[in-house]
Amino acid sequence: MAQAITDKDGVKRYLITLNVNGDVHTVLVKGNAILTNVLRDQLDLTGTKKGCELGDCGSCTVLLDGKPVDSCLVLAVEADGRRITTIEGVAENGRLDAIQQSMINHAAVQCGYCTPGMVLSAKALLTRNPHPSEQEVREAISGNLCRCTGYVHIVEAVLATAQGRVTPDDH
Amino acid sequence: MYVPDFEYHAPETVAEACAILAELGDRATVLAGGTDVLHKMKVGKLAPEHLVSLKHLDELREIREEPGRVVIGALTSHNQIYTSQLLQRRYLSLPMAAHTMASNQICNLGTVGGNIVNGVPSADLPPILIALDASIRLVSAKGERTMPLEDFFWGSAQTRMEPGEILTEISIPDQQTTGSTYLKFGLRRSGALAVAAAAVSVRVSGDTLHGVRIVLASAAPTVLRVAEAERSLIGRRIDDELLAQASRPRDSIRGSADYRRNLVAVLTKRALKKAIDEGHA
Repeated sequence: MAQAITDKDGVKRYLITLNVNGDVHTVLVKGNAILTNVLRDQLDLTGTKKGCELGDCGSCTVLLDGKPVDSCLVLAVEADGRRITTIEGVAENGRLDAIQQSMINHAAVQCGYCTPGMVLSAKALLTRNPHPSEQEVREAISGNLCRCTGYVHIVEAVLATAQGRVTPDDH
Repeated sequence: MYVPDFEYHAPETVAEACAILAELGDRATVLAGGTDVLHKMKVGKLAPEHLVSLKHLDELREIREEPGRVVIGALTSHNQIYTSQLLQRRYLSLPMAAHTMASNQICNLGTVGGNIVNGVPSADLPPILIALDASIRLVSAKGERTMPLEDFFWGSAQTRMEPGEILTEISIPDQQTTGSTYLKFGLRRSGALAVAAAAVSVRVSGDTLHGVRIVLASAAPTVLRVAEAERSLIGRRIDDELLAQASRPRDSIRGSADYRRNLVAVLTKRALKKAIDEGHA
């Protein structure tokens, strides 16, 4: 179990280790700290968004050991020792992931609030199933609510990625 | 949203978890996937002094075949059930029910044990597990006991769980059923709670129904086995007159009793037809 440290005011905190986007962080968190908040406030990874905070909207989606979860329903202490991917870890060496580029190409981003979670759900889908049907894409992002796009362009962007139809941004 | 503060425990073994729970009594709540417990803590419905996390109890995360039964650890997530080749081969209806449960993000966190001990009438796994005659094992510092899952529920969010107990496993006995299925009607296709649902298992030979179990969810304050309807069907020739039996539907925010009465009749009929025609599907 994570090492507990009690400060002079009697507040107990736990020393936990999070592997986030390949970087190992040791952070001190209270037992009731939620993973979303630790990522945003202690690690400055504000790409993970806070929406409903009750596991309905998916804007706080991160990959926990490669699987999408709502980080608003995960205690940081429960994620001790586990591997986390946030939206900041999707682009590599300054190059956007094909899904990100495809979402730009298809104008699948409007207000952008759902986009980080949407990209991570899509990324997890394509990792486990490189050639999904439209139905499988729709199912995979069904836990990510978008109130702008109507989903059509998002689904097209994911399918285009799977089919290798992503052209580099020419702007 | 704020989660009220608590003392955190993460025991390494089931015995250690039981000892902690025995000492703390009703001041402690067990934490498994967290999708219900943390939700309740955020909306102010639950504020335990102690939270006992089961995250280290990896032995409760496996699905295995044993002589005479299939055993599912209580910490198995919905997506683990959905993707289990063993369950897909033996009882496909169960993975399919786990899949209808909620969004992918919730299915990766939520556990079968949590889905059971919550005792809510709209839970997706208890109906199909009862249709498959599953039993559960409850362990505490005082010992352990098993009971048919069917006997575990007695009201909305009311179960026969005693303070200090942990649900460790669910067991599906080898059986002569030839088919089973779970059909759910929700207000959206994805991730919605059931307005009404029906799970059935059947034993068919030739054109005769030799055995049947019908379990309704969200139709009453608790998961409901419809023994009367079962009795009226057993031994009958299978034809278009297999009828859904009236139940005792409840009113709730997701649908009135009248609406549900219609729904369960249709769902039961369709579920029976599917289980008879397609096997464990």
